[in-house]
Amino acid sequence: MPHDHHDHLSPSGHPYREDDDTPLSYWQTMEIAVRELLVEKGITTPADIAAQIETMDARSPANGAQVVARAWTDPAFRAELLADASAATRDMGFDIGPLNLIALENTADVHNVVVCTLCSCYPRNLLGLPPDWYKSRAYRSRTVREPRAVLAEFGVTLPDTTTVRVHDSTADMRYIVIPARPEGTENLSEHELAALVTRDSMIGTGLAKLP
Amino acid sequence: MQHVRVKPMMPPGHVRTPHYLRGKIGVIERSLGAFPNPEDLAYGHAAPALPLYRVRFRLGDIWGEDTPHPDDTLDAEIYDHWLEPADAP
Amino acid sequence: MGGDAAGPVPTDQHDFSLWEKRVDALMIIGSAKGYFTVDGLRRVLEDMGKDAFESMTYYERWIASVNQNLIEGGAYTTAELAEKMDEVAKRGATYGDAAQAT
Repeated sequence: MPHDHHDHLSPSGHPYREDDDTPLSYWQTMEIAVRELLVEKGITTPADIAAQIETMDARSPANGAQVVARAWTDPAFRAELLADASAATRDMGFDIGPLNLIALENTADVHNVVVCTLCSCYPRNLLGLPPDWYKSRAYRSRTVREPRAVLAEFGVTLPDTTTVRVHDSTADMRYIVIPARPEGTENLSEHELAALVTRDSMIGTGLAKLP
Repeated sequence: MQHVRVKPMMPPGHVRTPHYLRGKIGVIERSLGAFPNPEDLAYGHAAPALPLYRVRFRLGDIWGEDTPHPDDTLDAEIYDHWLEPADAP
Repeated sequence: MGGDAAGPVPTDQHDFSLWEKRVDALMIIGSAKGYFTVDGLRRVLEDMGKDAFESMTYYERWIASVNQNLIEGGAYTTAELAEKMDEVAKRGATYGDAAQAT
């Protein structure tokens, strides 16, 4: 039967990969089987699974951008964020579940960058799922050894006077980088500032955009 | 500045201490509180909560002084039972 | 993996497909229901070895691990999985056809 791909747009408006029309793989077969077994056993329901997918789809770097913009404009919030980033983001109204979040502030002297060498730990409950490169062997291997070379591949070149701090998410904490606020943004609103904050700037492989 | 060494142990199984830090010396950056031991959780066992620390290492102390920018740093979360007191490197 | 030599960081990006999002959801739900923890997920991923990292995609590895953890946690048996996978595979040649029942 023909498949109507308009039913398969992600909330970002991008099509899902067209797995409906590719040959069924062994692992896809397993996913269907596991899902149906969990439903038959009463462990979950199709509605719960759909709701979980919707919850994760609704999380995106735009959430983190709002947090960063607030930190740039509200000194009290910035202090709260640096002291307890989980509490500060919850206070902004974000449902981050059990996420233990630490905020790392970039300054003229310090540039932070986040990696998970053991797997793919990422503040997914705030920013959504990590980009593919974050999960790659190359990023996970090299960032802890030659961070400046990795940053250069992302177009970020730092002066020798800046200390690079790499953060390996090895256990229970997750990290969000607060990029430095670009110069010339004094008159921008919080909303306009948030538009300058990219996903990569909150991982540390990018800088905030210039207005 | 409290210096600690990551124990150079090499057990099999699931642990959250990266290989590249074993035997390396850093300083406690902050205490994070107590968290269930992932080495027990990984096998479905009840897990006692253990103190967890963020430990900061100089890249030069991990990879050698000839590494580019040896004063850049690496922070990692390490559980208490993987750490022992140490002198500054 | 940390500290190993490797080539340039790849820049390709794909939007997650529906079956991948379902795997992600099954991991969250399976752990929320107490059948396993994220640490159990990681243990099995690591036990799959280095070859699996090269030969399987991210969510292929995840469904393999989620499944093993669910069996270990007693959610269903290997025999039940085998029968169900056999039934699913006979439904059609594509994911869309095989997943239609749900």
